[in-house]
Amino acid sequence: MTNVLINAPKTARKGEVIELKALILHPMETGFRPGTNGRIIPRNIIERFTASWNGSEILRMDLSPAISANPFVSFFAVATESGKITFRWTGDEGFAVEESVAIDVA
Amino acid sequence: MPGTTKRGTTRRTFIAGATLVSVLPFAPAHATPEAMAAAIKEVVGDNAIREGRVTLDVPPLIENGNAVPLTVSVESPMSEADHVKAIHVFNEKNPQPHVFDARLGPRNGKAVIATRIKLGDSQKIVAIAETSKGEFFSASADVIVTLAACLEDLT
Amino acid sequence: MALLSVVFAASFAMAQVGADKRRSGYQDMGQALQKMQDDDTANPGMLFVQLGQQLWAKPAGAANKSCADCHAVADMKSVAARYPAIARDGDKPIDLEGRIRLCRTANQQAEPLAPESRDLLSLAAFVAIQSRGLPIAPPDDPRLTPFREQGAAIYQRRQGQLNLSCAICHDDNAGKKLAGVTIPEAHPTGYPLYRLEWQALGSLKRRLRNCLIGIRAEAYPYDAVEYVALEIYLMDRARGMRFEAPGVRP
Repeated sequence: MTNVLINAPKTARKGEVIELKALILHPMETGFRPGTNGRIIPRNIIERFTASWNGSEILRMDLSPAISANPFVSFFAVATESGKITFRWTGDEGFAVEESVAIDVA
Repeated sequence: MPGTTKRGTTRRTFIAGATLVSVLPFAPAHATPEAMAAAIKEVVGDNAIREGRVTLDVPPLIENGNAVPLTVSVESPMSEADHVKAIHVFNEKNPQPHVFDARLGPRNGKAVIATRIKLGDSQKIVAIAETSKGEFFSASADVIVTLAACLEDLT
Repeated sequence: MALLSVVFAASFAMAQVGADKRRSGYQDMGQALQKMQDDDTANPGMLFVQLGQQLWAKPAGAANKSCADCHAVADMKSVAARYPAIARDGDKPIDLEGRIRLCRTANQQAEPLAPESRDLLSLAAFVAIQSRGLPIAPPDDPRLTPFREQGAAIYQRRQGQLNLSCAICHDDNAGKKLAGVTIPEAHPTGYPLYRLEWQALGSLKRRLRNCLIGIRAEAYPYDAVEYVALEIYLMDRARGMRFEAPGVRP
């Protein structure tokens, strides 16, 4: 079960630079930690985070094991037109989550 | 004779050796400043890296290395002609030197990325910004990492 | 946003000046972690609050009822700030997670939620945040007295291989450093909280277990009344302090 928390304004003026924040539940297991049996817990991380505005990619971030568990990302985008901002996370073990928020740009 | 094995090594040397061997499997390979330099070179190539424009905001002291807040900001008009096209962050003492690579463009308006990172030890972080004009700018910061005193015993 | 945090921090600090010199663990953290706790868009505990909100509305069990079917969210205000309490249908004290587990099985007739499970903690976080900002106000129930005294005795007693009592660190040496970190006064002002060490949300029980393991004592089993007794004592000791769940701690 995945859980995502997105913070984005619901409205914006055309040309306004808005801040977008996304938080997702994920262990981000580094692949370097030994478990209770002394053996290394296998790596399980989110490898890529992307954000698109009405289908146009506005951010692509390649993550490493150095990103904290339950990864948080904050970035900016120019409000161009109304529509959907889509966030996508993909990674190990077939992890693929997509969440969208609607935005009204006047 | 007390304190020596058949081979003539003293018990002290044996215990020291045994301790070293028993510690090794639990100590994963660490990145080194050289590994970080190599990772940076992969991105920058032979281009010059200039100071300025990049601000790396990270607390100088963090109580737990599991979630260190980090913000990279780069001064840039973020226009079609002149914008930050990538931000790369590296570390020098985690098991591997990369932190993240972000691809940006004029649609971002501001070249700022904030996230939380893991630091396995007190160390230097380096942020490199790559512009659409092919220039590279960098900033670095040192972080001291302490750990909570009362930890969980997973066993 | 930054100005708000500064104003908040200043007013919070002002509230502590004067008669009340007690310090929440929040005040012993660096600015970066305080900011993380204060920012609902960045506090990792909020992920669990959101999950709790979803679970609150989801029908469960043979009764096919959700929490929302019996409780208005507004009814949950001040609940977390006055727990543990004596369960209405019993004589034993029960903590917030225990109360939720009881509702789950008795009223929803659903499968019990495992202790320290994500679903249970998320529901507890959702209930707890409804008390955020309120003063901690344990009930004046005389039936709690023997358990509070039991908790006080545990707090004062030396135990474990390190032969330390809670009081030695958290009363006598609070404010001083242990392994580079400031020893907090140990007020349960932010539970359930996101501990960076756990990289997850956890309960006061989990933190108490860490302490017991830290002093090399044998941790009580999860359902032991000792944890509830300790919590009753600690909440009484923290009476009046601001409840700040979901907290963030190192």
